[in-house]
Amino acid sequence: MSKIKGLKCRECGKEYPAEPLHVCEFCFGPLEVNYNYDWIKGQISREKIEKGPKSLWRYIDLLPVAGEATVGLYAGFTPLIRAHNLGEELGLDELYIKNDTVNHPTLSFKDRVVSIALTRAKELGFDTVACASTGNLANSVAAHAAEARLKCFVFIPGDLEAGKILGSLIYQPTVVAVNGNYDDVNRLCSEIAAEYKWAFVNINIRPYYAEGSKTLAYETAEQLGWTTPDQVVVPAASGSLLTKIWKGFNEMHKIGLIDKVNTKVNGAQAEGCSPIATAYKNKTDYVKPVKPNTIAKSIAIGNPADGYYALKVVLESGGAFDTVTDPEVVDGMKLLARTEGIFAETAGGVTVGVLKKLVESGKIKKKDRTVAYITGNGLKTQEAVINAVGSPVFIDPKLSAFEKILKK
Amino acid sequence: MASVKVRLTFPEDKIKEPIIYNVGHEFKVITNIRKADVREKKGWVDLEITGEPTEIEKAVDSMKKKGVKVDPIEKNVIE
Repeated sequence: MSKIKGLKCRECGKEYPAEPLHVCEFCFGPLEVNYNYDWIKGQISREKIEKGPKSLWRYIDLLPVAGEATVGLYAGFTPLIRAHNLGEELGLDELYIKNDTVNHPTLSFKDRVVSIALTRAKELGFDTVACASTGNLANSVAAHAAEARLKCFVFIPGDLEAGKILGSLIYQPTVVAVNGNYDDVNRLCSEIAAEYKWAFVNINIRPYYAEGSKTLAYETAEQLGWTTPDQVVVPAASGSLLTKIWKGFNEMHKIGLIDKVNTKVNGAQAEGCSPIATAYKNKTDYVKPVKPNTIAKSIAIGNPADGYYALKVVLESGGAFDTVTDPEVVDGMKLLARTEGIFAETAGGVTVGVLKKLVESGKIKKKDRTVAYITGNGLKTQEAVINAVGSPVFIDPKLSAFEKILKK
Repeated sequence: MASVKVRLTFPEDKIKEPIIYNVGHEFKVITNIRKADVREKKGWVDLEITGEPTEIEKAVDSMKKKGVKVDPIEKNVIE
């Protein structure tokens, strides 16, 4: 008996073995891990989790690996901060920030999914890992591959700024810059994944990789004393993160770790790339692909793989989707920094901006216990705020000069 | 013989055109629809295309030239 039964199609339910597969051969639906919850229920308890490592691996009984953790042993278990100041500004009595800007080792939530993906990739016998990315995912895969002594290929669009890839190059992967427009590069990466027997983390390893996001829900519930929040606000790129947070809460309920789930899941997108929010506003289940045009590049996915499912979760939970403009993204980043001392990347600005709108519109109420997910560090996207943070006050080296500016 | 899985997204003005039928006649490829949702003003089709790689490439290019968005079945894989 083991915790993983295999993989299962999310659309038609056809079952597959727990191998590096991601698309149903019958209906082309996405595959996800099929767990043996009865077995897990007999293994897991709050006490066992609390005695576990201070990382996401304390929830290993609910994660899609067969053996012990081998890669990314320090990822996760990031602070859940009681955001008194921001809450006060927004008019919320009980606001929390789940702060993945300090995730280990590459300062974004991708360290969660990549830890799981590479541990599983090693179990499946791969010696090479790969990804296609413009930022956070590339950083995390390159860092974890270095730690795991796996060969690593990172594919990037040929016109990506040099600075963006520095955080990957330092770990010495092979970085392949592909000429062509975004769609061409995207298609080539999918073809390479089909051709080479590599662990392409967000393609053939995706069913395992995506499960890492559930740990954000597990940690939130544990840090709230084994209860769930009334409202969560989650940035939506592919939509996977949002669906997995919902799945995580519901799994905890299913196996008896928490009593109930009454959380409304809200999705946040930048106006310049908001295919899921647009479907929500238009009251349709059709997520129409768009061409991204926003400074929130880490969540600018025009044709989101899990868009349809993210929309379903928001509707099912009674939450909402909303969007912010690029200036509002910058305002959100500045607001979070000014009130809580947290420098988030642009995606964090989107989340805070949408949180503000949801409070103003009455969708999130003053008494609602609310968690906002801040998924990446602002040091990675400094260009977004470089012209919006002011400049130092210059003075001559004289006490009188200093006192003059103090009086201003 | 090779085989690719793609998601086709049709613009409104191409909904009535038999684009998949046409590529099957213009190029040496076999097309096999696995899932689809085509309505009056929008539509997508999950399609398997089988044939020699050069013929598949030509078929995909032809559909793109007609204004159809052709993505891998995984949609966006660049994160």
